[in-house]
Amino acid sequence: MAHPAAAEITSAARGTPIPRSSRDRSERVVKSVLLSFSLLSIVTTFSIVAVLGIEAWGFFTGFPDKPGIGLIPFLTGTEWSPLLGGEQKFGVLPLVCGTVLVTVIAGAFALPIGLVTAIFLSEYAPPRLRVVLKSALEVLAGVPTVVYGFFALAVITPALQRVSDAFGTYNALSAGLAVGIMILPIVCSLSEDALRAVPQSLRDGSSALGGTKFDTSVKVVLPAALSGIMASFLLALTRAIGETMIVALAAGGLAQMTMNPASQVQTMTGFIVAIFTGDAQANSVEYASSYAVAATLFLMTLALTLTGSAILRRFREEYE
Amino acid sequence: MTDAPHVPVARRLLANRMFLATCITCTGLAVCVLAVLIVSIMMDGVHRLSPDFIANFASRKPDQAGIRAPLVGSIWVCTICALTALPVGVGTAIYLEEFAKRGRLTEFIRINISNLSGVPSIVYGIIGLTAFSRFFGWRAGAEPIELGSPDSLLYLRLPFGSSVLAGGLTLALVVLPIVIVASQEAIRAVPNSLRQGALALGSTHWQMVSRLTLPASLPMVMTGAILAMSRAIGEAAPILVLGAPLMVLETPANLMSEFTVLPMQIFNWAGRAKASFQEIAAAAIIVQLAVLMSFNALAIVVRQRLQTPLQ
Amino acid sequence: MTIMSLSETNPTTATVTSPGFPEQSIRAADFDGFYGSFQALKGISLDIPRNQVTAFIGPSGCGKSTFLRWMNRMNDTIVGARASGTLTLDGEDILRRSVDVVDLRRRVGMVFQRPNPFPKSIFDNVAFGPRLHWRHSRQDLEDLVEQSLRSAALWNEVKDRLHASALGLSGGQQQRLCIARAIASGPEVLLMDEPCSALDPKSTASVEDLIRQLRTAYTIVIVTHNMQQASRISDQTAFFFEGSLIEAGQTETLFTNPRSKQTEDYVTGRFG
Repeated sequence: MAHPAAAEITSAARGTPIPRSSRDRSERVVKSVLLSFSLLSIVTTFSIVAVLGIEAWGFFTGFPDKPGIGLIPFLTGTEWSPLLGGEQKFGVLPLVCGTVLVTVIAGAFALPIGLVTAIFLSEYAPPRLRVVLKSALEVLAGVPTVVYGFFALAVITPALQRVSDAFGTYNALSAGLAVGIMILPIVCSLSEDALRAVPQSLRDGSSALGGTKFDTSVKVVLPAALSGIMASFLLALTRAIGETMIVALAAGGLAQMTMNPASQVQTMTGFIVAIFTGDAQANSVEYASSYAVAATLFLMTLALTLTGSAILRRFREEYE
Repeated sequence: MTDAPHVPVARRLLANRMFLATCITCTGLAVCVLAVLIVSIMMDGVHRLSPDFIANFASRKPDQAGIRAPLVGSIWVCTICALTALPVGVGTAIYLEEFAKRGRLTEFIRINISNLSGVPSIVYGIIGLTAFSRFFGWRAGAEPIELGSPDSLLYLRLPFGSSVLAGGLTLALVVLPIVIVASQEAIRAVPNSLRQGALALGSTHWQMVSRLTLPASLPMVMTGAILAMSRAIGEAAPILVLGAPLMVLETPANLMSEFTVLPMQIFNWAGRAKASFQEIAAAAIIVQLAVLMSFNALAIVVRQRLQTPLQ
Repeated sequence: MTIMSLSETNPTTATVTSPGFPEQSIRAADFDGFYGSFQALKGISLDIPRNQVTAFIGPSGCGKSTFLRWMNRMNDTIVGARASGTLTLDGEDILRRSVDVVDLRRRVGMVFQRPNPFPKSIFDNVAFGPRLHWRHSRQDLEDLVEQSLRSAALWNEVKDRLHASALGLSGGQQQRLCIARAIASGPEVLLMDEPCSALDPKSTASVEDLIRQLRTAYTIVIVTHNMQQASRISDQTAFFFEGSLIEAGQTETLFTNPRSKQTEDYVTGRFG
């Protein structure tokens, strides 16, 4: 068989060689550009911490012309009335309470329903139904949150008012349910991922021992996927805490210490919206208070995210 | 056999059946919620949809109000967001997956990105306001510096103020972690054997990435990018903090123009008591959802058209 | 330690016939290889003769693949891999820090255990290497791709679908494509890491045929688990065991009349 020798191949390769120096230079340039891109994310975090930290620090310790509020009174105060003409009070607990109430309602609605739906999708649903339901969930996940806010005002609140007179135009339950609908797809699709990551051999093992589908799903698959499911719960709750547009539309504007779902509440995010859409002066104390509230919000979500990723890391180790 | 009493098979089968019923109920509930959401919005808003509604600017009279400014504003902001977040996000993902050596810095960047994705968007709004609109208080109170002529597209005013550029950059901060994580997953899906093959032929790292890894992962990267953009186009909170005006009566002419976006306009109208404003809010939502649906459809088409198997 | 010479020819004659073009293509002397603190290769000294097929045999984990991957510095991609001793290509030190690994890998091509065609067209697969190293005219590139595919005995099967995806080829075709891809960069040496282990018997036969043909043009080093394969295609064979080179020599001699007891046990199938 005719066979060209190495020399022939090399001679065909007589294009212009690309010099090593230019190749090495572009390699270096590209690498430093990409590195600087990834450092931008650190710059972002640093800016968040610095901006919120400095402004909140000013709010706590005082400005040249105004006295500070103090960290302890801010964190322990049970009255929040920054905009009233009379005495301004800056105790963040009512806002935290509002946020917690809305988040608890959202979680109580979305976590169980989301988890059970996830089990159904991963263990029971026939493949075609699964595809259809998954895409419906994707649609839900892509809906802008302001749409859920509208939904709360236009559909959920009137429905609640029909059930009981206790519900006003703005109430925590309506906002909480809307936030719950918003986080439902997150819980569902992340929990489903965690369930499907459980090796098929575990399911086969359980079935071979005579377990029903229920036994297999609930007593074998669910515990195996538990940390992934917990992580999905935490992520969903993080989103609920930080949710802004729904509560700005449906929860109301009165900061109060209450766990009554029928009453109106102001959340941390709701207050920030009120400040930036209102007519607060840029150098006023109430304006600065929004940075302190934002810092509190940031720390709360940071704690949840860190916990979630710690759980997920453990989860990865279990299966790798 | 043990003497322990055993659970009768019938009862276990019953538990199985009841659990399945619960499953179906919950799933049905989730689907119902979606259906009620769509039907109620349609019923409220569909009769308000008209060419005029798209073409008109905002107005105090609901019958004459339209979404021209927010619709065009959304396109501007989304474009700026894409032009900044995509290169930076994909670049970061490439660096982390292909170049970074395992070490403290890399690990720190990774943890940092996962934390950034949990930061509420309104916090990004505050950062965008401070960093892009006000340049951290630089020249506060003084007249802004102008670069170029207001007639030109690239006219700049420092600091950026409540401009469409500040809005786009702020949204870029919001979606950056999403773009990074999606791109990382896409790049990770390229099998290592292909990388080895390219290196063995004498590729440098960048040649390997630009000629092999990136083209191979492009469909997945683009799918992630489109989904990130659909998140950006639905965000209202950061834009609200930036101080978009309530009523915008012109479309942006350059990067420094004032603007509003569709979700802001929806927020604005939905918050009003008058029923007719609720209706145009619903109509605007229908437009918004239509835009999102076309984004989703595009993502599916990209995924199916361009996706070649990798092995 | 003496260097085991695989070459039959007298070294002095070689120097006379082709000055500056030694008979040995790759030469290792007292070569040690490590992964972290684990020593994977111990004091390897071996000459690999030019334009012959040299087979590395030995049980799994004996270090033969690791040694192969040092010859084009693919081990650089593994964190914690390091080596000491001498390893030269045409008299040039391969292990030196300043070595241009990109050029080294152009000169020392590699074919992997599993065919790894890129998710591109057949043409783009073969043109991948040349495009990295040269700027060609379109015509030159087409000629080069054709020659490489002919050399890999694949041209007749794919000439009508050069721009179809390489992933549509059969396993054996894919592996020959990977060989064509390696050839196209104009290497002197081809390293093959168990190139047939993922192939069916028929594809294996076609790849083995190809290897026998290619030896006139290239120095070929092949790692194989399959002793029949080693005896079928190689001129020289080296037997590795637990990181050490036990015996090396003419394939026929090594299989029929091994010097070492360990080699004899292995080639007769008593262990491994």
